[in-house]
Amino acid sequence: MDLSAFFSNPNNLAWLIPIGPLLAFATITLITNKAKMVPGTSSEYTDHNHPAYPGIDVPMVANWSRAASVIVGLVGIGAAWLISLIVIGQATGLHELGHDILASSITWMDTGAGGFSLGTMVDPLTAAMLFMVPLACTMIFIYAVGYMAKDPRQARFFSMIALFAGAMLTLVVADNLLLLFVGWEVMGLCSYLLIGFWFEKESAYKAAVKAFITTRIADVIMLLGIAYLYAATGTLSFREIVYNTEVLEGLAAMPAIILPGLSAASLIAIFLIIGTVGKSAQFPLHVWLPDAMEGPTPVSAMIHAAAMVSAGIYMLIRMYPLLQAGGDAHHGVFTPPLLFMAIVGSITAIFAATIAVAQNDVKKVLAYSTISQLGFMVAALGIGAYVAAAFHLLTHAFFKALLFMASGAVIHGMEHGEHHVHAHGHGHDDEHDEVHVHTPALTAHAESAHHEGEHGDAHDTHNAHGAHDAGHDDAHHFDPQDMMNMGGLRRTMPVTFITFLIGGLSLSGLPFITAGFFSKDEILADAWYGITHGYGPHALVFILLALAAFLTAFYTMRQLGLTFWGEARSEAAKHANLGKGLVSFTMTLPLIVLAFFAVVAGYIGVHPDLPIFGAIFSPNGNPFHHFIGPTLAEEPGSIPFDWMPVLTSIAVGLGGLACGYLLYWRKPLVAGQRDPLIGILGEQMHTTLKNKYYIDAIYAAVFVRPALWFSKNVAYEFIDKGIIDGFLHLLARVFTWLGDFIKTLNMWLIDGVGDGIPELIARFGFWLRGIQSGRVQQYMLIITFVLLVLILIFALSTGVMQAAP
Amino acid sequence: MNNIIGVDILSFLIISPAILAAVLLFVPNKWVARVVALVGATFIGGVSAAVFFAYNSTIPGYQLELAVPWFEALGASWHIGIDGVSATMVLLTGILTPLAVLISWEVEERVNVHMALILFFETGLMGTFIVLDMMLFFLFYEVSLVPMYFIINQWGGPNRKYASTKFFIYSLGGSLGMLLAIQLIGGSSGTFDIVALSNPTTGWPAFTGENGTFLGIPVETVKTLAFIGFFVAFCIKVPVWPFHTWLPDAHSEAPTAGSMLLAGVMLKLGAYGFLRIVIPFFPDIWANPITIVGIETTWAQLFAILALMGIVFGAFAAFGQTDIKRLVAYSSVNHMGFVALGLATAALVYGESVLKGSVDAQMNQSGILATNGAVLQMFNHGLSSAGMFLLAGAIYHKTHTRDMTQYGGFWVKAPIYGGVFIFMSMASLGLPGLNGFVSEFLVVRGSWMVFTVITALAMIGLLFTGSYILKGIRMVLHGPFNLHWKDYNLEITPREAIAIVPLMVLILITGLAPNWILSVINATVTRIFGG
Repeated sequence: MDLSAFFSNPNNLAWLIPIGPLLAFATITLITNKAKMVPGTSSEYTDHNHPAYPGIDVPMVANWSRAASVIVGLVGIGAAWLISLIVIGQATGLHELGHDILASSITWMDTGAGGFSLGTMVDPLTAAMLFMVPLACTMIFIYAVGYMAKDPRQARFFSMIALFAGAMLTLVVADNLLLLFVGWEVMGLCSYLLIGFWFEKESAYKAAVKAFITTRIADVIMLLGIAYLYAATGTLSFREIVYNTEVLEGLAAMPAIILPGLSAASLIAIFLIIGTVGKSAQFPLHVWLPDAMEGPTPVSAMIHAAAMVSAGIYMLIRMYPLLQAGGDAHHGVFTPPLLFMAIVGSITAIFAATIAVAQNDVKKVLAYSTISQLGFMVAALGIGAYVAAAFHLLTHAFFKALLFMASGAVIHGMEHGEHHVHAHGHGHDDEHDEVHVHTPALTAHAESAHHEGEHGDAHDTHNAHGAHDAGHDDAHHFDPQDMMNMGGLRRTMPVTFITFLIGGLSLSGLPFITAGFFSKDEILADAWYGITHGYGPHALVFILLALAAFLTAFYTMRQLGLTFWGEARSEAAKHANLGKGLVSFTMTLPLIVLAFFAVVAGYIGVHPDLPIFGAIFSPNGNPFHHFIGPTLAEEPGSIPFDWMPVLTSIAVGLGGLACGYLLYWRKPLVAGQRDPLIGILGEQMHTTLKNKYYIDAIYAAVFVRPALWFSKNVAYEFIDKGIIDGFLHLLARVFTWLGDFIKTLNMWLIDGVGDGIPELIARFGFWLRGIQSGRVQQYMLIITFVLLVLILIFALSTGVMQAAP
Repeated sequence: MNNIIGVDILSFLIISPAILAAVLLFVPNKWVARVVALVGATFIGGVSAAVFFAYNSTIPGYQLELAVPWFEALGASWHIGIDGVSATMVLLTGILTPLAVLISWEVEERVNVHMALILFFETGLMGTFIVLDMMLFFLFYEVSLVPMYFIINQWGGPNRKYASTKFFIYSLGGSLGMLLAIQLIGGSSGTFDIVALSNPTTGWPAFTGENGTFLGIPVETVKTLAFIGFFVAFCIKVPVWPFHTWLPDAHSEAPTAGSMLLAGVMLKLGAYGFLRIVIPFFPDIWANPITIVGIETTWAQLFAILALMGIVFGAFAAFGQTDIKRLVAYSSVNHMGFVALGLATAALVYGESVLKGSVDAQMNQSGILATNGAVLQMFNHGLSSAGMFLLAGAIYHKTHTRDMTQYGGFWVKAPIYGGVFIFMSMASLGLPGLNGFVSEFLVVRGSWMVFTVITALAMIGLLFTGSYILKGIRMVLHGPFNLHWKDYNLEITPREAIAIVPLMVLILITGLAPNWILSVINATVTRIFGG
């Protein structure tokens, strides 16, 4: 195949987009990731996340390898970004993007008389994603250069994150559900590997397993949906299904194969939505996402903004015509999938927002905020706010990526400050430096060894022992992510403060100047439109989302106040900063870039009738609406302007910000002071929220532990070892007994007759024993074997000899 | 192309390993034995690859076919030939044997005998996949049993006597029924030719005896008895739940090469037997309604339920293990369950199409895809399970324990091994982009329309596949490095790496572009279903 001719056709160009990161992954994994050996106690290797290993050398990335891998990773994602921009240019140059698309496919596998095609496609939705994803990914990559600069496995990190980006881009350009699912699952793997990147820490690998298994619950159901869709329509191509009203009507009219009462379209849609409930962390499968914070911060940004969770929403937006087949939310006709989304989404939005209010971990607040915002999008789709969901997906990606990376900068700064405190002996003896620097790592080490499980064996004690040898001291454990230890960081980390503030205000929906305001407002506007027509689900969504928006603004203000305002509440916070040089630069640049988009991205989707702003940004109608609309065969109608949702948005946004301001900014917390929220909510309520409504504990008791118990005791010990093997052993015993019985019978009967024969055998045996030093078995083996070969060759020879010409 | 040194190429594939094995018995030097075995097995592997690629999937029927009389008095003949399914299995055998030989270089005692047994085993496998005569089929099917028994019995782990005896007696016991069934069919129809007997209008399915009886017994009963004979034999081999308990013992006690071939190829003998004999011979038995304790069902549905049990309980049992080889062994029960589910779908669709003359296009397509999936899953599981056993064996060989609770944090000291382990685990898990996903998806797609509820329940097994795979990774690689092993070199050795790279490459290629092999399978399967 002539490659240059192939790729000079713009239709085929999209194939190249994921290739860059994927090649980077392959190159780093196979070529540039090379280790050097360092002592297991070297300060190059050990830190918070890597325990010390006295007495051995451990491999860590070589210096040249670190540099080369970082460069390969950046080049890979940079290429993807560049090609994406070219593809977007080509696509928008089409006469009527949406009706016309860029598409290219190949026959991937034979299926009976036909074949299954698979390929790439660029329509308006893909183009919008291609604007956001590579941009956010590139920023995350740049950020990771600095953030992971001291990590002993940075090359591996870049290879995994490159695969992650490659999988997300595959998902975005896929023209069918199967290829989308490939990207979807590979991303699942990458998130597993990256959440558990610091795999020596118990909390990290547990979180990784949790993320993978929780999403897999949803994925296996989604797989059924894909299989069913494929069975029912004979294709998985997006265009042939969701752009084809005939297919959709057929599916809507066909009764489902199980669960009578539902249409085939509804059942498939529900299966697919469950996939998103897992991937985009909706209630009740949201539990993996807060734990995913165990990964390095660039991963959090990747999972929460650019890739993973966006993929779930993207898939729903992509499949939307199928989800509403047979119904029309805009006219109050709800299909079961639509209702399902409206309910799950709005409940998740409010539920996660309430939890976020009571968290003290700077990243956990953001994690619950992500869950809540994804709930906004799912709920929006449930009430037919198709464009609004896509809009919020984009703006959220920008400000949430920003917030995560800014929080990572805060954590990094705090660790820096902590290190500074020790290095300069604030309150500690200099001579104990070495010990204290290693303390957290050793603590983690000992803890994980301790929790290793019920098999209290040599391994555990040994590890714990090693940790004690090296000077284990549990008393001093410092959590650089705890906002209670922060405060006043605006002074030492001004750029982080300002960008965090911009991201936070965008998330809160500060009216008229932030992206988050416009996208959230559009969802509420759609919900309000439904209310004015008397549709119940719209009302539910409107009320719950408005409340959630209020809480969002509040907890964001709380977070900003606790982190940056007031005075430092710990020595570390006093000295927190990013330092100078490459680390500081690579970590700050992405913040500034994303802060820009966190503000301006909203202006592409302003309602044309909004006073002043509409006239400036949408003189010819809502540009984003115009752009995304043609993704669907039947373009979604735009709704008339109404003041009510706008005022609601303003009220909840400003109201939440004001409450947060009153509690956490006007009188900032001082060291040791209780969170004023406890006084307002009451101790019990606050504890419940802080413990996430105890859902993790409930799941552990209801699902995890029983599954473990069942596997070991029922499936293996009882059924296999007990019943089945028990039966076999019984059978064997019966036959042995029968054999013995017959043998005895024979001896008794024939003893006299065949006296001579056993005699002969015994003599032969004696002679045999003489010549072979007791290894009867071996010789028996050889004899049997030779005999078998001879018999076989003899038996076959008849046929083969005649066969030979 | 059809001849190698005067011997027909398929016959060569069958006989040459046995001859090489016989030669090896007289090679006393262990290094010479190792090299001879490897070179020989690689050459045979090359020939089998050549056979696979020479096979032209556009031509109907069997290829490289040869039929010469053999034991004419019995009506048996040396009838060999391949279609897309057997070509795939021949390729798999050809690929895995040299890799197993390379891995068994780690054996230090009686090296030549060990190598000879592996090659002799290959003869049994190749023969079973290539022959088209039931007598020969049975001969090779049994021949494969003996060397594997000795491999486990002589070079196995601590509990090898129990495991090998259980394996041997169980398999042999299963085959007795099959032998009777073969005699029954051969005796009544006067031929052992599989091709002739498979024909739905002139072969065994159309057999009516004399006035509906054979030897005074109703033909229906005769057929059901013959069916059960085959069914049980192949269920033990696959293994289908609840005939599977020999497998975890045999696999975990066998030496690494033994486990690789056992899981990689030997289990496929059973699945292949279903495809080659049980499905074409007994369409009416599979699809006709039967009543068991008042519930109307079909044999195909019962088979699907057993497959489901294997998928679900196999996954659970694997999840309950702390012995790494047992975990991988149970994963075979889980994965072969998907093969069985695909076969059950195939059996029902084929059975109905023979009974009713035809089935609707939707059903037929489901049957084709499920069968495609089952055959591809046989190939895929061969690659990934061999790889998993290789890796489990590698770590066992170094640490001399299979107890995963003694492991921990090996990724710190063995980064390459860790990466390969994760890759293989993901292949086993069925990660999209790797081979296992394609076949599992096809099976799920095919069986969904036929056995909807069973397929839905099978998802529980698929979920727990994830759980036990991650448990394996967690216990071997994750956590702080267990300093007990600080003086051990745990990293993958070059020899192990050379053996596993071909598997990884094939896994990746098949995952990304399955058509290189699926087109061959699909062509044959489509013709079976009259497409």
